[in-house]
Amino acid sequence: MLDRTGAWQGEFILEVDNITKEFPGVKALDGVQLKIRPGTVHALMGENGAGKSTLMKIIAGVYTPDGGEVRFAGQPLSVKTPLDALNSGIAMIHQELNLMNWMTVAENIWIRREPLNRLGLVDHGRMRQMTADLLGRLNIRLDPDAQVSDLTVAQKQMVEIAKAVSYNSDVLIMDEPTSAITEAEVEHLFAIIRDLKSRGIGIVYITHKMNELFEIADEFTVFRDGKYVGTHPSSSVTRDDIIRMMVGREITEMFPKIDCEIGETILEVRNLTLPGVFHDVSFNVRKGEILGIAGLVGSKRSNVAEAIFGVHPAPLGDILIDGRHARITCPSDAMAHGMAFLTEDRKETGCFLILDCLENIQSALITRGHVKNGFLDQKTITAKAEEMAATLRVKTPNLFERVENLSGGNQQKLLIARWLLTEPRILILDEPTRGIDVGAKSEIHRLITGLAAQGVAIVMISSEMPEVLGMSDRIMVMHEGHVSGFLNRDEATQVKIMSLAAK
Amino acid sequence: MSDASLAAQPRRHRPMMAELNILLVLVGISLTFEILGWITQGQSFLGNWQRLSIMILQVSVVGIIAIGVTQVIISGGIDLSSGSIVGATAMVSMSLAQAAGYERAVYPALTGLPVLVPLLVGLLFGLLCGIINGALIAYTRIPPFIATLGMMVTARGFAKWYTKGQPISFPSDSFAAIGKGMMPVVIFLVVALIFHVALKYTRYGKFTYAIGANPQAARVSGINVERQLVKIYAVAGLLSALAGIVVAARGLTAQAGMGTMYELDAIAMAVIGGVSLTGGRGSILGTMIGMVIFGVIISGFTFLRLDAYYQEMIKGVIIVAAVVADVYRQKKRKKV
Repeated sequence: MLDRTGAWQGEFILEVDNITKEFPGVKALDGVQLKIRPGTVHALMGENGAGKSTLMKIIAGVYTPDGGEVRFAGQPLSVKTPLDALNSGIAMIHQELNLMNWMTVAENIWIRREPLNRLGLVDHGRMRQMTADLLGRLNIRLDPDAQVSDLTVAQKQMVEIAKAVSYNSDVLIMDEPTSAITEAEVEHLFAIIRDLKSRGIGIVYITHKMNELFEIADEFTVFRDGKYVGTHPSSSVTRDDIIRMMVGREITEMFPKIDCEIGETILEVRNLTLPGVFHDVSFNVRKGEILGIAGLVGSKRSNVAEAIFGVHPAPLGDILIDGRHARITCPSDAMAHGMAFLTEDRKETGCFLILDCLENIQSALITRGHVKNGFLDQKTITAKAEEMAATLRVKTPNLFERVENLSGGNQQKLLIARWLLTEPRILILDEPTRGIDVGAKSEIHRLITGLAAQGVAIVMISSEMPEVLGMSDRIMVMHEGHVSGFLNRDEATQVKIMSLAAK
Repeated sequence: MSDASLAAQPRRHRPMMAELNILLVLVGISLTFEILGWITQGQSFLGNWQRLSIMILQVSVVGIIAIGVTQVIISGGIDLSSGSIVGATAMVSMSLAQAAGYERAVYPALTGLPVLVPLLVGLLFGLLCGIINGALIAYTRIPPFIATLGMMVTARGFAKWYTKGQPISFPSDSFAAIGKGMMPVVIFLVVALIFHVALKYTRYGKFTYAIGANPQAARVSGINVERQLVKIYAVAGLLSALAGIVVAARGLTAQAGMGTMYELDAIAMAVIGGVSLTGGRGSILGTMIGMVIFGVIISGFTFLRLDAYYQEMIKGVIIVAAVVADVYRQKKRKKV
């Protein structure tokens, strides 16, 4: 190890100093630092959106920072492409799998570094042997000639790990490496990590899982909202200390929550299960109630919402509406039961960006009725759309403006208008205020609480702690596809939510 | 270390499975013609060496293009410009290949040049077209369909403008020799062998498959995706130019309309040969079998004295059937 850096004897192999990165409208990283010692595992912790993955992508050469410096073995490091990072001795396991289907395990691991014979041709025999040696050393039982598309997700993850190890790098970054693998494989991964540690490699380990942190990490650093909070040895703190560091913000925003009368149960979900994704999810929502769903990335909250609305129906468990079993196999079934679903990503699954506002507002309404002699009853539809857009105060010159020209907040209001026109009794909102400005945010909050006051049952998934705390009557917390607990409005705190969300 | 074994081992990858399937289709079609031949014509379809060699000759020019197109499709792209590059290259190289002393030559001062001149200039021309395709796709990120559609129209226009629509004839004997007899087949086989090796045994090939299978993974593995794309399209342009030179030499004349629709035949050969339009899968061997299937259909229908119209219709059905079969094979694989 460290032959590239010669006689380097410093304390830290990788130093991140004052790094700043801005994306349009968001300061993803604001002067953060991170210092990694060789031969240690350094866990990087933080809530969703704390900036962990952004920093890792900067170190691995996927993004370039706007300011600050990264030093590797004492020398300033400038990586512009992933190749630069690999060449300087930094390898990374990305959060999402990055493998080439249709190619073999061996080809995936050694891509760009294939052993060549004297004619300059790829020596498949030697490549197979090298793969077998590597997999053998790591105790991974896989055929080097297996095609990656035939592997399970866990096996693919092990290939990624083997590939990252094969670079013989001095620093190895692992971004949520256990999100797709089972208990037994986690143990296996930890054995590999301990072996790498003993060979002097510095490991950055990003995780949401508290127990993993205490089992494997020597030190940890916490980020919050793109800012550095602190670094401590993991032996000197408790789980609760870390949670406090992760959530320790002052809640200054005011929420317009109105206390309204909560009536009978409208939607009840019993033991809903989508094998391999979420298990035994049960909850109910009553008339006029706002149920917040909190959880970290990978808690599968959105998958539950999609299952209830019939986008990806869950094969096991029951959905009851007004106490009667409802068979929901597609979104139009859900709509027939009076449901509406504002999806998480308004650009990908919400708006028809290049169509105008009217087309966007009316798209859910026209799936039912509003047809005269085979033609759309456009006059009535337009009138309703205009009225709704005015009620929600969508800012647009007219309804013939293309939706892509609207601000994020107005796009979101437009999508809510789309669903309100269907007069829903159950409204599922997935991240209703993500990425929109403060003004629009509070308008949407007022709207949501107003709807609840009118008797709509609301399910609101949100990753923003203040929003969940400020808006919900009850909070359901999820952790890796399971419900980990419920909190009432009066007992809920940031720390309690995070303890349930990060087991 | 703990022995955390990964329970289910996947089936060992059988590399030649796809090719074997297509080969079976080829055998089936050939035998059908053989049987129909004995019934309707009273003679053998396959037992006629001359017919078989003509059959291969007919498809080998498009076959050269199909080799280049195969690697483009494996990388996840498409090349619609090959047919037009054939036409444009035919014009350019023929204008420099005219026999010594021919008065009505395009460049009267440049007749009787050594055969290397039209050959190299033609190949360079195609290479340049390919580089333009590749650079547009890699650096402006416009879809390959659009970039090569633009080149298709532009190169065809260039071919017509070059002599204001006049054909170019009277090549030197040495230039004509490039297309004589079975030369096109020989050239095709050499090209096919080179690219079979290149795709299977070189980094060039591995990168091509990697980009088609998952461009993001290729990038984080340190591959310079943009540069590789330029190379891939440059090679496709070069091979189209080679096909253009062979066509012109064989016909002893070059016309602006040469190579029309070749791009689609070449894509069809690759697709029938199991090259997936979503990228990452396929092989030169598969494309070669696809090419022979094409040849068998053309000469089979002629042999049975059936209208050429049927040929086209059957060709269309086979192209779609090949892709449908591939989709089903993939689905079945997933379930096992």
